[in-house]
Amino acid sequence: MLGPILETLIGGLLTGVLYALVALGFVLIFKASGVFNFAQGAMVLFAALSVARLSEKFPLPIAIVLAIGVMIVLAYAIEFLVLRRLVNQEGIVLFMSTLGVAYFLEGFGQTLWGSDIYKIDLGISKNPIFLFESVFPGGILIDPEEVAAAVICAILVTVLAVFFQVTRVGRALRAVADDHQAAQSVGIPLNYIWLVVWATSGIVAIAAGMIWGSKLGVQFSISLVALKALPVLILGGLTSIPGAIVGGLIIGAGEKLAEILLGPLLIRWFDLAGGGIENWFAYVLALLFLLVRPQGLFGERIIERI
Amino acid sequence: MTRTNFGAVLVALLGGIAFAAPAAAQNEQFIPHLVYRTGAYAPNGIPFANGVADYYRLVNERDGGINGVKIVYEECDTGYATDRGVECYERLKGKGPTGAAYFIPLSTGITFALTEKAPVDKIPIISMGYGRSESRDGSVFQWNFPLLGTYWTAADILIQHIAKIEGGMDKLKGKKIALVYHDSPYGKEPIALLTKRAQLNGFETMFLPVTHPGVEQKATWLQIRQNKPDYVLLWGWGVMNSTAIKEAVAVGYPREKMYGVWWSGAEPDVRPAEDGAKGYNAVMLQHGAGQFKLHEDLKKFVYDKNNGTAKWDETGEILYVRGAINGMLGIEAIRTAQKRFGNKPMTGEQVRWGIENLDLSADRLKQLGFEGVLKPIKVSCADHEGARTGRIQTWDGKNWKVSSDWYTADEAVVAPMVKETAAKYAADKKIAPGCLTN
Repeated sequence: MLGPILETLIGGLLTGVLYALVALGFVLIFKASGVFNFAQGAMVLFAALSVARLSEKFPLPIAIVLAIGVMIVLAYAIEFLVLRRLVNQEGIVLFMSTLGVAYFLEGFGQTLWGSDIYKIDLGISKNPIFLFESVFPGGILIDPEEVAAAVICAILVTVLAVFFQVTRVGRALRAVADDHQAAQSVGIPLNYIWLVVWATSGIVAIAAGMIWGSKLGVQFSISLVALKALPVLILGGLTSIPGAIVGGLIIGAGEKLAEILLGPLLIRWFDLAGGGIENWFAYVLALLFLLVRPQGLFGERIIERI
Repeated sequence: MTRTNFGAVLVALLGGIAFAAPAAAQNEQFIPHLVYRTGAYAPNGIPFANGVADYYRLVNERDGGINGVKIVYEECDTGYATDRGVECYERLKGKGPTGAAYFIPLSTGITFALTEKAPVDKIPIISMGYGRSESRDGSVFQWNFPLLGTYWTAADILIQHIAKIEGGMDKLKGKKIALVYHDSPYGKEPIALLTKRAQLNGFETMFLPVTHPGVEQKATWLQIRQNKPDYVLLWGWGVMNSTAIKEAVAVGYPREKMYGVWWSGAEPDVRPAEDGAKGYNAVMLQHGAGQFKLHEDLKKFVYDKNNGTAKWDETGEILYVRGAINGMLGIEAIRTAQKRFGNKPMTGEQVRWGIENLDLSADRLKQLGFEGVLKPIKVSCADHEGARTGRIQTWDGKNWKVSSDWYTADEAVVAPMVKETAAKYAADKKIAPGCLTN
């Protein structure tokens, strides 16, 4: 029994990294602009479609570079057409505008690139790796695609951490996140910062889109993986990059273990009709954490004087 | 921009596709179609919708309509969502001089939702290869037509095929068969039949639900790896199918032991998995892939005139062919109704009679260009399914190849289940079973 549990735990942790990759895009934008970007899933889809369709005409590295260009243009368009008009508006107004961006991107992305299933081939082996075969019967299964995702995620987090902590733009991003007006008053150009952060989030979306696209094929459903990132954000906090990673790991492992171990027990104990529990259990897990830490595991504790 | 993309643009901008003049002339037959050209299930919904649209266009171009009655066709995009499906139904049911001829929901969930509306509005529902399995009992489900096969038919054929591989029905004893299913009314349909078959034939079952849309199935496939079922049946749709096959590769489950229902056996289901899908099987809703006699007319009257909805190369794909078959069955039902009620646009009620009296012999199917694709179909009040035969096809890495002879669902198993479940439905809904004469 230990072997299957360990295998599920490792599989869940690796899947959690994939969730974290999507959650990172949310965190970046929220951290720097206070906007909960509902369009992040649509951005992942748009980015994946861009890479997939461009890679039909160009070698993959060139397609990725071109897709980065597409995402920067998209970031500029969102900043210029949507966000610039909404400076200092309520957070809910900014959130609603990203709802509009999400629906536009989903429709426009499919209109521009097509609604078929497209391929991204990262050249990663699809065949499973088996570890500890001498210890556990059948060994412990590892998916090489998910290991590659974990490596990409680790590189991205390192680069982003350096970017936020060390660079001038990174410090400006943090200043804007703290207070729009105060940042503007000391000469930080808000529009430029928003452009940078949306473009960075677009590049993270390319990484997430490529991994999920390689896994599922590039199609509309990729935009729905954003739903898997929501419990990660609830748990990890909206402002913390380490929170997105740790949250992803906890949600990934928790939901897989629950599906395999808890699901059958619940059905037997309470004579339930059945059905998968991993989707909703992820939210239950996140809400349980919120009972203890309302700001999320790594979120900033907000103290306001009244 | 490809035609497919252009179709998506039209849908996005106008909210639907229609051909022929929207103004309802008196000699036009209005046929609505609930499609999904957008959303998570679009890669599967688009080819089916194209097949239906092209068949109607062919009838208009080649024959000048159905006995001189032009077809006016309008799509409404449901995105495979039941609420939007009902909304589309309400919007389209009254259009045209005689209202909607029939509805093709292309969703078991929407079919469930429309089942109680159809008798009130007197519009038949054609759910070819889906919907409630017991709805083949026309004395209770007078307005539902699950033509060509229900999910109980599909599941029974699959069990018969597995038994044949194992060397006989008695060899199923002690085997373990898992069902990986879309956690929806559609995915749950075969559970009753498999449970019954498990009792009769002594095999063990495992039912593993996958939540919509099915992009994450790691836990499901780890359970399969740990429990090692002898066979896995797949009842998925859209991205769930290709993800399931990819996950099977990832856990090393042999694709040769996997059998999909006919909605898990088309090109979009296997192509994303590339070579990993090689050896994967699916039960066929009679027809397979490839162009046939009908395509000569499609080329001459539709595609050579640049009126085709799909790319020509895609017209031999499974879901396109299925769409064309569904279109043909609807048109032939209207033609059957016209024989009784006259060559004019038919009401939904008259079309219902036409479907219930549909009798397509081998000769008629040959005339229509479907020889070798379909077996004869005869619908009656007692049998709204019309036929319950199928074969198995196997993906060879590039194409679907037919890999078995014909099977027929075992009536000794299925018929009592239909009778019992339909009777229960009739009692619950206070329906007095009986055949309609008009």
